[in-house]
Amino acid sequence: MSAEAIHARLYVPRDSAALSMGADEVADALVQEAGERGVTLELVRNGSRGMLWLEPLVEVVTPQGRVAYGPVAPEQVAALCDAGLFDEAAGKAGSHALRLGATEQLPWLQKQTRLVFARVGVTDPLSLGDYTANGGLAGLQNALQMQPSAIVEAVTASGLRGRGGAGFPAGIKWKTVLGATADQKYVACNADEGDSGTFSDRMLMEGDPYLLLEGMAIAGLAVGATEGYVYLRSEYPDAHAVLTTAIERARAAGWLGKDLLGSGKAFDVHVRLGAGSYVCGEETAMLESLEGKRGVVRAKPPLPALVGLWGKPTVVNNVMTLASVPWILQHGGAAYAAKGVGRSKGTLPFQLAGNVKQGGLVEVPFGVTLRQLLEDFGGGTRSGRPIKAVQVGGPLGAWLPAGKLDTPCDYEALAAAGGLLGHGGLVVVDDSVNMAKMARYAMEFCAIESCGKCTPCRIGSTRGVEVVDRLIQGQDRAADEALLRDLCATMTSASLCAMGGLTPLPVLSALDHFADDFRGR
Amino acid sequence: MPGNALGVVGKGVFLLQPTPRNSAPEERMHPRPTAAAAATPEQLAAIDAAIARLQSLPGACLPILHAIQAALGFVPAEATARIAAALNLSRADVHGVLTYYHDFRSAPPGRHVLKVCRAEACQAVGSDALAAHVAARHGAAVGATSADGALTVEAIYCLGNCALGPSVQLDGRLCGRVDAARLDALLAAAKGADA
Repeated sequence: MSAEAIHARLYVPRDSAALSMGADEVADALVQEAGERGVTLELVRNGSRGMLWLEPLVEVVTPQGRVAYGPVAPEQVAALCDAGLFDEAAGKAGSHALRLGATEQLPWLQKQTRLVFARVGVTDPLSLGDYTANGGLAGLQNALQMQPSAIVEAVTASGLRGRGGAGFPAGIKWKTVLGATADQKYVACNADEGDSGTFSDRMLMEGDPYLLLEGMAIAGLAVGATEGYVYLRSEYPDAHAVLTTAIERARAAGWLGKDLLGSGKAFDVHVRLGAGSYVCGEETAMLESLEGKRGVVRAKPPLPALVGLWGKPTVVNNVMTLASVPWILQHGGAAYAAKGVGRSKGTLPFQLAGNVKQGGLVEVPFGVTLRQLLEDFGGGTRSGRPIKAVQVGGPLGAWLPAGKLDTPCDYEALAAAGGLLGHGGLVVVDDSVNMAKMARYAMEFCAIESCGKCTPCRIGSTRGVEVVDRLIQGQDRAADEALLRDLCATMTSASLCAMGGLTPLPVLSALDHFADDFRGR
Repeated sequence: MPGNALGVVGKGVFLLQPTPRNSAPEERMHPRPTAAAAATPEQLAAIDAAIARLQSLPGACLPILHAIQAALGFVPAEATARIAAALNLSRADVHGVLTYYHDFRSAPPGRHVLKVCRAEACQAVGSDALAAHVAARHGAAVGATSADGALTVEAIYCLGNCALGPSVQLDGRLCGRVDAARLDALLAAAKGADA
């Protein structure tokens, strides 16, 4: 027990990944230990730094900057304090084995280029002061001085493409909405992050919610929309709580509402919860769901940019797309376009998931290879066995074999490798996993989640499960494989949306790369 | 989910009526009431309160259903006609919404609700074995409620905790890296709090 009074400032994340590993219990234990040791504790609940295998990650502010400890179990807190955790605040280095050193010097963070996630894990997500002190609102303030067409031009010049998966240029979409004439326009943010292996939207909304609101407000100014909706999946109750509070505080501070930052211009945001339907991440199904209906896909055209929410012109963008916009308005489109490769400009927050040793969030420019992500950042598999395959881009993405790990991650290179980048999630499986089972699951998932509007998806997925089953049983392998490929061709070319249209991708990639798994070997 | 990056936009307007999801695997089906008990006056009051509070919202049907389920744990059959009347929809419209979404239950769940992630990232680290353990040890397969009414187990497809799987949500709370022993401890703690 320390003799002189210590004032310690500590950070324990409130990100739901950290909470899932006991961050609240760690925070409670720290408060108790501080009380017993006569330490004045200032506890900040930040977002996550993205090193999720180290959660709960406790940081203590020292004269030399923040020092990290992790992963901290609640029952380890007392030992941490015995080993000098609180004394770090006075400049005396602690000695516990969980001490990782200066947070900013950790290689995992050093090797990243954080534009969207610059503040996540650093600040108190709900503090208005933290937000502005760390560069927040600069983009919106610039946008308020610009003509709508100039904002659209900046986003077009940045080369920003839709981060939900389709990769459509955001500036072109915005220009279409700007050019539409209507009494009301909307900005609809797609926060229905349903792809397995993805969590960047969640982390951003829990770790820096004002950034999303700022991006939506800029989009509103750019296209002449005064109302925005966030369609948030119900599986994210923590994000819902943070976002709801952030909107209330932003309104009270004049960052949203009838008079944006005193400009006289209006923009407000509402949150709506989904209800467990994967296909509602498809933009037109999402609009139906926002309108309170069954989440059934609409035929396109008309484009949502012209006939969107309640029939009005609507910008539909993913969380990451909108959260990229404030940086672009602050630093200019050219600065953003200077990062990345080819037609994939800027950075992408990749998510390392599944059987990976060091899972988490890595924001780097496009062009990084799968191997760099999975080996340099990810450290291989958690099980220690060889990587068998990685599914890039969620349940509708291809399974790429270990031999393709040198593929660069940009939209075009992944398409050329027979896959897609999607929302940047990477799910790793080791060599104990049977890929025929994963192919069957892809069809099964499509059967569960199909909205039912188009026949290839609604019926094809169920027939697909049956054919994969027969293929595995192996009574007439050649005929069943031909049938499966034919079915997949039909689904690919005749489905109304990406649900049925892309389900063949994981199925056929598994079949093409891991044919032995379909032979019961 | 990814959009139409590969140019798979539909080639025309399909004039088929949307039909209910066919042959969805049993695990995703929620238990249906066999002989639904009539809603109590308190439940009817909760339904009417949710409607009164939210009916002026644009697209109010989903928010109202969420509010009713948050208050009661399920959506009683009586809610359909009341929501329809308030929102000027047909009962078929409301029934369609209620049964389309996986979240909404038409019957009360067990005292605790465990949602087990069945998506790829959690499968990669053993969620199938975890679900099998729940069924064997705690008496409820995915999609079912244990005989003693203590536990309802539901499938969920991604909780956004994909680096720390297998993940479950127990009574609304997210838990990561859940193996059989940790799950037993979580359930024991939850059930212990009932007493």
